[in-house]
Amino acid sequence: MSQVPISWFLTLSAILFVLGVAGFIFRRSIITMFMSIELMLNAVNLSFITFSYQLKQVDGHLFVFFVMVVAAAEAAVGLAIILTVFKNRQTLNIDEVNSMKN
Amino acid sequence: MQLWLIPILPLAGFTINGMFGRRFSKATVNAVAIGSVVLSFAWVLKTLIALGVLNSAYTEHYFTWIQSGTFSVGCDMAVDRLTAIMLLVVTGIGSLIHIYSIGYMAHEGGYYRFFAYLNLFMFFMLTLVLAANYLLLFVGWEGVGLCSYLLIGFYFDKKFATNAGNKAFIVNRIGDFGFSLAMFLIVSQFGSLDFGTVFSKAPAASEATLTTIGLLLLVGAAGKSAQIPLYVWLPDAMAGPTPVSALIHAATMVTAGVYMTARSWVIYTHAPIAMQTIAVIGIATAFFAATIGLAQNDIKKVFAYSTVSQLGYMFVGVGCGAFSAGVYHLMTHAFFKALLFLGSGSVIHALSGEQDMRQMGGLRSKIPWTCWTMFCASLAIAGFPFTSGFLSKDAILLAANHTAPWIYWVGTITAGMTAFYVFRAFFMTFFGKYRGHAHHPHESPPVMLVPLVILAILSLGGGYLFRIPEFLGSLFPAQEVPEDFNLMAIASGAGLLGILLAYVMYVLKPGIPEAIASGLNGIYQLVYNKYFVDEIYDAAVVKPVVGGSRLLLWKGMDAGLIDGIVNGVGARARNVGGALRMLQSGNARSYATWVAFGGVLVIVALGVAQGVTR
Repeated sequence: MSQVPISWFLTLSAILFVLGVAGFIFRRSIITMFMSIELMLNAVNLSFITFSYQLKQVDGHLFVFFVMVVAAAEAAVGLAIILTVFKNRQTLNIDEVNSMKN
Repeated sequence: MQLWLIPILPLAGFTINGMFGRRFSKATVNAVAIGSVVLSFAWVLKTLIALGVLNSAYTEHYFTWIQSGTFSVGCDMAVDRLTAIMLLVVTGIGSLIHIYSIGYMAHEGGYYRFFAYLNLFMFFMLTLVLAANYLLLFVGWEGVGLCSYLLIGFYFDKKFATNAGNKAFIVNRIGDFGFSLAMFLIVSQFGSLDFGTVFSKAPAASEATLTTIGLLLLVGAAGKSAQIPLYVWLPDAMAGPTPVSALIHAATMVTAGVYMTARSWVIYTHAPIAMQTIAVIGIATAFFAATIGLAQNDIKKVFAYSTVSQLGYMFVGVGCGAFSAGVYHLMTHAFFKALLFLGSGSVIHALSGEQDMRQMGGLRSKIPWTCWTMFCASLAIAGFPFTSGFLSKDAILLAANHTAPWIYWVGTITAGMTAFYVFRAFFMTFFGKYRGHAHHPHESPPVMLVPLVILAILSLGGGYLFRIPEFLGSLFPAQEVPEDFNLMAIASGAGLLGILLAYVMYVLKPGIPEAIASGLNGIYQLVYNKYFVDEIYDAAVVKPVVGGSRLLLWKGMDAGLIDGIVNGVGARARNVGGALRMLQSGNARSYATWVAFGGVLVIVALGVAQGVTR
C-alpha cells in the first residue's frame, strides 16, 4: 500500500500553523483570533500524531489528548470572556479593547 | 570595703535628678545632688580611716569586663596613697562646689540639669581616680570629657558656649587618640592593662618602647590637662557656669593628665626622653600662658590662663622626677584655684553677670568676704611664704633646679608673672574706684560664702595637710633634692616683686599700665590677642580640614561619587524602563506579533546552535 509521505503531513501542519499565526496577528475580531489559536493548536496536534506514527510510539497521542483537553477548557473560558467583553463594550474589535493601557 | 559606693553614689544622684529632677522642687534637687556627693565624701573618709596608712595598694575586683584569650580586663578598683589624695580632693572640693552652686545657680534655668551633670561628672572623675587599669581609667577619662562638654555648653542657647563645648571636645579627641594608641602599645607589649602587671613588666622592656608609650600617654595628658599645643580649649571653656570652671576646669578634671602621668611613673622613669619632654612642655606652657594672663581683661580668662600655667608647673614637677611635688601642687592648686574661680563667681554674681575687670573696681567694701577670701587665694598662688602654694611650688622649683637650672629660672620668672597678673586682677576688682554700671553690688548669700571661707583656710594652711611629700615619698622613687634656702628666697622674692609691681601699677599709679600698653603696642597687641594661636590653628588646621571635608568628602565623595552611583543606577533603570515601556502598547495584536517574533527567534537560535554543534 502506497503511503502518503511523512513530509506531506508535516508540510500541512506547518501551513496550518502559519495560517493560524497570520490570522492571529492580522485579524481584528476576537472570535477570529480565537479560531486562529485553535488552528495553531491543531496544527501542532497534527505534527505530534505524525511523529508518533513515524516513531511507533504512543507519547505523541498522549500529548495530543492533553492539548485537546486544554483547548476545550480554554475554549470554554475564552468564549465566556469574549461574551463578557461584548456585553460591556458592544464591540469585538481587539484594537478597541485596550483599557489596560491608560 | 565597698569602694564601688564612692562613684556609685553620685551616679545615683545623677540618675534620680536626671530622670525626675524636672518635677522636683529646688530643695529636693539640692538634697539629692549634694547629699550624694557629701555621702560619697563621707564614704571616702570612712574608707581611708579604715585602710590606715596604706603602705600598699588596696584592690577590689568586681567582675571580669573583657575576656579574650589570655587577655582580660577586670572592673577593678584600687586605693593607694596617690588615689587617696585624689579622692579627698575630688570629693572634698566637689562637695564644697556643689554647696556653692546652690547660691550661684539659684536664678539660672535648667537647675536640675546642672546638678545632674555635675553629679555625673563626679561619678566619672571618681571612676578615673579609682581605676586599677588603664581601660577603666579611660572610661572615666572619656566620661569627664563628656561632662565637661555638656557643662561648657550649659547655656546652649548661646552660640559661643556651644562652640566652646565643641572645641573642648574635639581638642580632647586628639589627646585621647594618643592615649588609645598608648594603650594598644601597652597591650601588645605587656599583654595586660592592669597597673600592677604593666608596672612590674615595664622595667624589662626596651627604652624605645617605653619612650613611645610615655610620649603617647603625654599626648593624652596634654589634651586633658591643657598643655601646649592642645591648651586652646581651656580658656574657651570658661563659657560654662563659674562653679563648673572651678570644679572641672581648675580643680579636678584638668589635673587628670597630671594624675595619669604620675600614676605611670614606672614607665617614665625608664624613659628619660619622655620625662624631659614633659618637663619642657610643662615649663613652656607655664611661661607662655602666664604671659597671656598678663593682658587679659575678663576675670575668668585671667584665671583660665593661670590654670594652664599652673598645670604647666605640675608637669614640670612630674617631668623632673618629682612626682610627689607635682601631685602636691595639684592638691594645693585645687584649693586656691577653686577659691579664685568661686570668688570670681561671687564677684560676677554681685555684679549681675559682669566679667570685664575694667567694669569693676572698689568692690572691697561692698563684698568684703569675697574680697578677703580671694586675697588668701591670691597670696597662695603668688607663692607668698608659708602659704600652701609656696610650699608646693617650691618643691617643684627645687626639683627643677636639681634637674636643669634653666627650668628653675624660667619657673621663677613665671612665678613673678603669676603673682603680678593675679594681683592685677585682685586690685582691678577690689581696689580703686567702682567703674561699672551694674546697680548696687551685693554680697553673696552665706551658702556661697561658707565654701569660700573653708577654701581660704585650705589655701593658706592646706599645704600642711597630710605632709604630702613624705606621704607620697614611699610610693614614688626617692629623689634627693637638697634644701636650698637661697633658691627658695629667690622664688618667693619673685612672687613678692610681682605683687608689689601690681600694687604700684594698679593702685598707686593707675596711669602706668596704659602708658606701657601704648609704649609697647606691638607686643601688647600680640599678647592681648593670645599670640594669635587660635587664628593660626584656625588657618593651619581647622580651615583646611573644613575645606577639605567640604570639597573632597562632601562635594567630591558624598555628593559626587556615592550619590552619583546611586542616582546613576536609578537613572539607568528609568531609561531602560522607558525604552521597554514602548513595547507595552496595549495593542493585543502587537503583543501577538512579538510572541510570534520571539518564537521564530527561538527556532532560529536552536537551528543555529544545532548547526554549530553538528
